[in-house]
Amino acid sequence: MRERSPARRKLTDLLVRIVSLLAALFGLFILGWILYVIMARGVGAINWAFFTELPAPPGMMGGGLANAIVGTLLITVLASLIGIPLGLLTGVYLAEFGGQSRLAEAIRFCSNLLMGTPSIIVGVFVYGLIVVPLGDFSAWAGAVALAIIMLPVVARTTEEMLNLVPDSLREAALGLGTPRWKTTLQILFRAAGSGLVTGILLAVARVSGETAPLLFTSLNSPFWFETLNEPIGNLTVTIFNYAMSPYADWQAKAWGASLLITLGVLGATLLARTTLWMRRK
Amino acid sequence: MQTHRRFDWDPVFHVLTLGGGLVLMLVVGAIFWELWQGSQLSLEKFGWSFLVTETWDPVSETFGAASTIYGTLVSTLIAMLIAVPLSLAIALFLVELAPPRVSALVGGGIELLAAIPSIIYGMWGLFVFAPFMSETVQPLLAHIPGPFFTGTPMGIGMLSAGFILALMILPFITAVTRDIFRMVPAVVKESAYGMGSTTWEVTRKVTIPYGIQGIIGACFLGLGRAIGETMAVTFVIGNRHEISASLFAAGNSIASTLANEFTEASEDLYLSSLVELGLVLFGLTLLLQILAQWWLKRTRRKMGGGL
Amino acid sequence: MNIATAVPKTGLALSPDGDSMDRTHSDVISRPRGEVKISARGLNFYYGNQQALVNNDLDILSGKVTAIIGPSGCGKSTHLRIYNRIFELYKGQRATGQLLLDGENVLDSKVDVLELRRRIGMIFQKPTPFPMSVFDNVAYGLKQHYLLPRSEMRDRVEEALKAAALWDEVNDKLDKPGTALSGGQQQRLCIARAIAVQPEVLLMDEPTSAIDPVATAKIEDLIGALRGRYTIVIVTHNMQQAARISDYTAFFYQGTIVEYGETETMFTKPKVKQTEDYITGRFG
Repeated sequence: MRERSPARRKLTDLLVRIVSLLAALFGLFILGWILYVIMARGVGAINWAFFTELPAPPGMMGGGLANAIVGTLLITVLASLIGIPLGLLTGVYLAEFGGQSRLAEAIRFCSNLLMGTPSIIVGVFVYGLIVVPLGDFSAWAGAVALAIIMLPVVARTTEEMLNLVPDSLREAALGLGTPRWKTTLQILFRAAGSGLVTGILLAVARVSGETAPLLFTSLNSPFWFETLNEPIGNLTVTIFNYAMSPYADWQAKAWGASLLITLGVLGATLLARTTLWMRRK
Repeated sequence: MQTHRRFDWDPVFHVLTLGGGLVLMLVVGAIFWELWQGSQLSLEKFGWSFLVTETWDPVSETFGAASTIYGTLVSTLIAMLIAVPLSLAIALFLVELAPPRVSALVGGGIELLAAIPSIIYGMWGLFVFAPFMSETVQPLLAHIPGPFFTGTPMGIGMLSAGFILALMILPFITAVTRDIFRMVPAVVKESAYGMGSTTWEVTRKVTIPYGIQGIIGACFLGLGRAIGETMAVTFVIGNRHEISASLFAAGNSIASTLANEFTEASEDLYLSSLVELGLVLFGLTLLLQILAQWWLKRTRRKMGGGL
Repeated sequence: MNIATAVPKTGLALSPDGDSMDRTHSDVISRPRGEVKISARGLNFYYGNQQALVNNDLDILSGKVTAIIGPSGCGKSTHLRIYNRIFELYKGQRATGQLLLDGENVLDSKVDVLELRRRIGMIFQKPTPFPMSVFDNVAYGLKQHYLLPRSEMRDRVEEALKAAALWDEVNDKLDKPGTALSGGQQQRLCIARAIAVQPEVLLMDEPTSAIDPVATAKIEDLIGALRGRYTIVIVTHNMQQAARISDYTAFFYQGTIVEYGETETMFTKPKVKQTEDYITGRFG
């Protein structure tokens, strides 16, 4: 009986171990590379004017992205105001009322579909839904697009977090004669607490870095906005426009905006993740 | 004693929450409806030939989706070919090789890749990665015979787009695969080690077959993401409406075409054709989602609800 | 060596009447006569900083069935898991002392673990069929350790299944997944898988705890049939089982070996009060 060489088997094993270690290092290396590039190239563009001034005309030096920074914040806040309540309601329905009913399953299915829908498709949809009827790109349109992307994520987080609350707590509250809506809002939400908040924060962070759904909804603008019914400057579309421009100063601004967006999104994500992690411990 | 009967708000609350769910369903329905309506013009004019025509010429108003569908599929295929083995290797490292602390740290780092916005990948891809490809990687690949690695190494193009897509879906596939690897009962692994297996033998013969269905499900999810990814691809794919065998060549995807041309399309037919592209993309992701969910549900049943 | 010195804090000190304290080590831990296959010498085991086994000395005879009994948490499984060094899969677990297999210290870092585990097979509490066919399950170890022509592979698989008293039940289901068999069949499949690579020792860690009584009887018969060809060490919480199938029995309590000797003597005339209490069901 011929024996397989144990030395060879161990060598294969060692090679696989090395390859998988290298793969993990490769992933981390890419992360480091991207973050380093964003830092190195972005820092130079950040100065006082970057936060306070409007963009300079094409080809001119100087100026800032004050309007885009405010615009991104505004769109994100508006989107949250629409998306979070709707998502919370949906999540509550799925966790507290829907159960395994057909309707609930259908909603879950749609929620998954929506989560898998490319964000650019949502942009096209909102273009037809709001931009065309109103005749202009607008902050509202962008906010609605982002809200639609947020909706299924918030709904799923809410459902998951409410499912983690033990039934005994529900029964205790309902047993005291507390109405269902009060039980949910005052007791279950409090019990789900930080998990719910961080889950929603993750959704907001993700959405705030989106570009594709804003391309044909909010568009972009080099000016301050006066109403919510006009194109509005925002960081991500600005990055896209400036990066593709031939002007070195604009490209530098795009890097500055990239740094800002990365810090914001990554910062919020890290904050949320560590909170979740600490809570689990 | 007569008690004051308060109004029962619970039915209202119930209906209100249901309303949220219905809005969600409505949105999905409306997306489909609107894409369908918006495509009518193009559908009537080109019919099924839209899907197989390569020409995309706004001047003569001839539109075909073949090059964008090709670009979408090829860039996604490249992404999967790179991301799946890489994810498996990383998951193996996280579950079987790394000490818990290192595993948590490295795993967290890999997950952060998913938090980087698409447009940031685009910036890095266009200004840093593409030059690196054209100067370092592509000249090396050019030595490989065959039609895939020919032409000028420009850096931007199908290959770079596929690679960046791979990086973007890597964290998703890794996370799911890691969880699946962890679900294999310890006693089954011990049993395999007890037979005198090496770590690699246990992984290949026992762990992977044990979780293969879940891993396939994870790949579906990654595929769904890659296929609709927009900004990163738009930055590096090159935006050219032609089909070439060479992966060095510029191409485009459905999403990148929409991002580039949607606001410029002034003619009705042009716009309608773009919307039809959107419909095709929506249909593709819908199909993938349905497949993935059906598959995961089946797997969950088989594995006893552990997923 | 006096047993009291070997057991600093726990173990026999709990025995209030001091009965066992007076006995000498060699009195209650017998060294059975015969060819020794495995012997533990001053074996300690730690989970991190917590010591789980204290100074275990044990001689296992070749070709015999040795049962390890004791209340749950007494360290009997822990002891067994040192034999094939399976504990090394987990960080923070370590063993000190000596475990001699044919006179060679298994715990020596120079020992080839893969070969060690081929020589010492293990059966676990729950059946652990691999996600592959019945045939491939049995062939698993063979394929891994040897390069065999197909025909010989078939012969060896058949032989192992016959030895595990499973052949008649599965010879028409060799292509079915291993998980499709019943629980008792799965466990015998695992035994077939273990003996296919012709090990010298079989470790069984409560092999019938997840299996119904009828299937348990079959496995007990099987263990009887394997006696002589393999050195079998079986951990069990079921004293009747130990009495039925083993030649020698070791009683573990709080990480120490309280008593070890011929099964018959042990169950009829235990030397230590604790053993008596345990086998008569007064604790544990």
